[in-house]
Amino acid sequence: MRGELNLSCGKVSLLASTSSCAWKSAEMVPDWFPAGLRVLVVDDDPTCLMILEKMLKTCQYEVTTCNRAEIALSSLRNNRNGFDVVLSDVHMPDMDGFKLLEYIGLEMDLPVIMMSVDDGKHVVMKGVTHGACDFLIKPIRIEALKNIWQHVVRKRKNEWKELEQSGSAEDGDQLPKHSEDVDYSSTANEGTWKNVKRRKDEDEDGEERDDTSTLKKPRVVWSVELHQQFVVAVNQLGIDKAFPKKILELMNVPGLTRENVASHLQKYRLYLRRLSGVSQHPAGVGNPFLSPQEAAFGPISSLNGLDLQALVASGQLSTQSLAFQASRFGRSSPKSGISVSVLDQRSMFSFDNSNLRFGEMQQSQQNPNSNKQTNLLHGIPTNMEPKQLATLQQSAKPFSSFNVQVVVSQGAPSNGSLIQITQPQLRGQKLGESSTSHVPRLPANVSQSALQSQVAGEVMLRNGMTENGRGLGQNHPPQTSLAASYSGATPWKSL
Amino acid sequence: MEKKQQLHRQVVMMRQSLFDQGYVDDQFVQLEELQDDTNPNFVEEIVTLYYRDSARLISSIEQALERSPLDFDKLDNLMHQFRGSSSSIGARKVKAECTQFGEHCVGGNGEGCMRSFQRMKREYSALRKKLEAYFQVARQAGPMDTASRSN
Repeated sequence: MRGELNLSCGKVSLLASTSSCAWKSAEMVPDWFPAGLRVLVVDDDPTCLMILEKMLKTCQYEVTTCNRAEIALSSLRNNRNGFDVVLSDVHMPDMDGFKLLEYIGLEMDLPVIMMSVDDGKHVVMKGVTHGACDFLIKPIRIEALKNIWQHVVRKRKNEWKELEQSGSAEDGDQLPKHSEDVDYSSTANEGTWKNVKRRKDEDEDGEERDDTSTLKKPRVVWSVELHQQFVVAVNQLGIDKAFPKKILELMNVPGLTRENVASHLQKYRLYLRRLSGVSQHPAGVGNPFLSPQEAAFGPISSLNGLDLQALVASGQLSTQSLAFQASRFGRSSPKSGISVSVLDQRSMFSFDNSNLRFGEMQQSQQNPNSNKQTNLLHGIPTNMEPKQLATLQQSAKPFSSFNVQVVVSQGAPSNGSLIQITQPQLRGQKLGESSTSHVPRLPANVSQSALQSQVAGEVMLRNGMTENGRGLGQNHPPQTSLAASYSGATPWKSL
Repeated sequence: MEKKQQLHRQVVMMRQSLFDQGYVDDQFVQLEELQDDTNPNFVEEIVTLYYRDSARLISSIEQALERSPLDFDKLDNLMHQFRGSSSSIGARKVKAECTQFGEHCVGGNGEGCMRSFQRMKREYSALRKKLEAYFQVARQAGPMDTASRSN
């Protein structure tokens, strides 16, 4: 149901009743707050983990523990709206805590609190530069944990402020609108833990409304298809000449305002900037599907697409999280200094496999083995042609075999790279060994129909990608199917 | 009833000496405060978990110390882990030795590491003995009210 919070915990259902009014004014903090705050704790030390769990539970938080960073990451990816804050140790064997911090910041933008027995200045500084919102020195006292909720609230407050600022420029075209698709209760619920980041469900058909009649301006949901349209428009205009007004005209989406586009453009620019710091590819690699600008960014974003598909292993992701994430790619200036190295991007592939191992994951909120054959097509990277995407989708084997193979064909015409991800042996190392570029490109000559026959129902293309096979470059109206059928998504932005 | 009271007194004394003799610090109190009806033996469980984990770490460090040349990074890493878990249960002296060891690692002082490690093992054994004795009596004594648990 639109706007309804999919609450997995009975306790959390209390949170649903919070109105945005209460959240707006700091004085009116509800009594139950911050009980039910969903914390993910990542620490390889079992003793610490157990102690932290107990402490957090004593604080009335909802705790999920994890002793492996990879598992935590894939769990986060599969359930982007499932947590409010992450607590992570700095020194972990399988992944550096700061690395995890980076990933989380880029992909989910959750507040992350680092922990370490090391209290050296440089370590704490590292936390700051990597975007941690706090740094706790071990041994951790329960008092230190009692207040971690402040980071969640602060972050959301800042997000709202951002929204308000970007949306308040002009109010000429902001008319109060009603739409079946926009549920007012969802904006009212924006203040609650789950819903500030949660967006509408499958019914959303990509039409966003900017409603000024509620107290809080609802965030325009930049669903995948909307963002695609945006990107198409931007590319058509040329990134340098892409002005919000023109983009808006090209997109031709009813209800979208210039301000929405402007703020989205701002984020997009940040995103691109970050990407270009990573990309080692020359622009215009010769893939006819991509425009020069796209080509420049294509590698990375197409990697995102792969990453996403590969990562979808449980059906628990919601369209909301996807849409939400689609709106969040450019977020967080503190992290703008971070370039995710190519190797890291590739190593991300390995994480999708680890999420299938739930032994280490307690109180996991996932529904691991259901819905495996779903919608790999979601999280379409913005710059990737649907055709390419369909190809990618179709080459992925069904999850039932736990063998996520995303084979990106290597073609002569384009600089493709073969990245094969099998589970679970093929970890970051193997991917790291691949000497080819990080760009999973599809050769231009791959025909969609040929690939389609391969898959033949193995992978459900529920988002109707095949319909989109006509390719981008047209301003087609928002596709209902994309958002609608998607029941589990990792956002396309997964750098 | 007499016996009970005696036991309780003994528990209090043993507990106090844990602190007085510097075996544990305030973090231990944090653990005690987490103990409640749902986890009536929380402290002992945690400590047991700590024993298990530290046994593994100690053995790894031992192996690493037998290598030649010494891999100080690895040693530092291992000791760092051990320091983390020791501090989480409030093992004060053990933690101190871990820190010392770490400094030797940074300084590339193999001799220092060896010595530090030996001292650390001694402290660890001593702590274990003390704690095991304490928990044993505590179990015998049965539940005590918090009032009698003063730091």
